[in-house]
Amino acid sequence: MASRIDVSIEHKNSPPEPGGSKKHPNTCPKCNSHYRDDELAANLRVCAQCDYHFPVGALERIEQLLDKDSFIEEAADLRSADPLGFFDLRSYKDRIAEAELKTGLGDAMLMGQGKIEGLDFQLTVMDFSFMAGSMGSVVGEKFAQACERAIERKVPLISVNASGGARMQEGILSLMQVPKTVCAVENMRDAGIPFISVLTHPTTAGLLASFATLGDITIAEPGTLMCFTGPRVVQQTVREDLPDDFGLAESNYRFGHLDAIVQRRELKTTLAKLLRLFGHVG
Amino acid sequence: MSGELELKLRDRLAKLKRLHLPGGGMSNEVRRIEQQLEEMGNGDERDEDEIWRSVEFARHPERPYTLDYVERLIGDWIELHGDRARMDDPAIVSGLGSFADRTVAVIGHQKGRGDAVQRVKRNFGMSNPEGYRKAMRVMEIAERHGFPVITFVDTPGAYPGVAAEQHGQGGALAASQATMARLTVPTVACVIGEGGSGGAIALALANRVLMQQFAIYSVISPEGCASILWRDAGQARKAAAAFRPDAVHCLELGVIDGIIPEPKDGAHTDFDEAAKLLGKSLRSALDELKKMNGKELRRDRRARFRSYGVFAS
Ligand SMILES: [Zn+2]
Repeated sequence: MASRIDVSIEHKNSPPEPGGSKKHPNTCPKCNSHYRDDELAANLRVCAQCDYHFPVGALERIEQLLDKDSFIEEAADLRSADPLGFFDLRSYKDRIAEAELKTGLGDAMLMGQGKIEGLDFQLTVMDFSFMAGSMGSVVGEKFAQACERAIERKVPLISVNASGGARMQEGILSLMQVPKTVCAVENMRDAGIPFISVLTHPTTAGLLASFATLGDITIAEPGTLMCFTGPRVVQQTVREDLPDDFGLAESNYRFGHLDAIVQRRELKTTLAKLLRLFGHVG
Repeated sequence: MSGELELKLRDRLAKLKRLHLPGGGMSNEVRRIEQQLEEMGNGDERDEDEIWRSVEFARHPERPYTLDYVERLIGDWIELHGDRARMDDPAIVSGLGSFADRTVAVIGHQKGRGDAVQRVKRNFGMSNPEGYRKAMRVMEIAERHGFPVITFVDTPGAYPGVAAEQHGQGGALAASQATMARLTVPTVACVIGEGGSGGAIALALANRVLMQQFAIYSVISPEGCASILWRDAGQARKAAAAFRPDAVHCLELGVIDGIIPEPKDGAHTDFDEAAKLLGKSLRSALDELKKMNGKELRRDRRARFRSYGVFAS
């Protein structure tokens, strides 16, 4: 039987993952334009030639979106335990340590308070470069706490997502983060707190089956792969060619699963507009 | 229980108690585990063979499925079809009936038995989004009329198809959980075979979650795990031993509330006996929930799922 959680995100039309490609990470996979890092950062990591959206890490995303120095991180000390003593080619503990070193993050999500155009909100931002943005206990806990803090502070929640799904090294407890975050969203909904979900490439599997699709407003960046099952597994199952835009934001928009596809350069002003429209709670 | 087994069991519970569990709701779970493990006399470390036996029994082609239990436990059964938008998904069945002297809604994954035609008809218990939308529709009927909801979980996972994706598989799985989180009626989920990942949890966000002795419940199939970790689906046995999808492990972690005993050689050897044991557990789970009003049921359910996670302290 094919696997349900596909952590290998790959598709003929989807942009290759950082490190997964032979190309330099600052070379555009679509048109081959090459950029110095400061050039690319200055253009929000969007290709100036063809509009390809390069991946953005959590810290850089915060810099791009939030008012300067407005981010106050919360629950920064949460770290995963290793409930199964899981060992594949390396131990889970080693994998976490390695991801921390590589990204400078404690896990695949940053959580805290922030402002856009002076408007206050609660924020979660995911980082795909930390173990494929997988959701284990820490991501689930940070998201649930973000919902609780948004309720306490009576501010909207914005979550910027990027994830390959559940973190299988935590076994069934990683699956339990799915209903845990759903319950957190429901509590927020009961309290009348607006929830804006932003999908960035890729947001798949366990994330799509939990909070990422439960926003009052759900928007995505262009080219975001957003499918429950990855193209490789679907192809193995149906044994036929997949549509060119399979699982991409553009296809999801056509089928009615997204409110809008928003260019990265318009993301900040779009979020500001939504924050103004929803206003503050209470 | 022998001295050696008891030592192992104590060691295991001590380990569980050391895990930092936020929310503080887990000390009851530890007590419950102690009691259950004592009752089952099954405190031994389950080895690779035992775990694999669960995997094989959970997928046994002769294992009883949802409708086999409905036939034996639910009176006045009437099946309800269709999601009122696109289709009727045969991989999930739903309906109303009577159980323990009251009307209940029953929703479950349904596999086909026998020849390939039957199994394909039910899509091997792998639902499309329409199946989950049918489930939500029936949950809403139950909510309006105050019927408890019983779910039977038995799926390798949500169907990985092109149309399934185009019609919003991920969103349907999330919405089904959200619907379950909102209910103010008592809900009990029973994992009766394969509890495969997102497709399973979409029907399992319940006040009480029970699992049959030889059922499995996991974030990924053993084959899927093995092919990702070792690029070799043939290592499934090893993978299963690593992430332990068996009922005892799920109970230790507090993911389930109780293990429903099966006939000695598995539910497939005696449908009637398996149904009797399942019915008994279901009845007592529903009795336990009678104490709570609607608001409390909803709060209890959300608090339960809020508590999951282990952290380095
Ligand atoms: Zn380009």
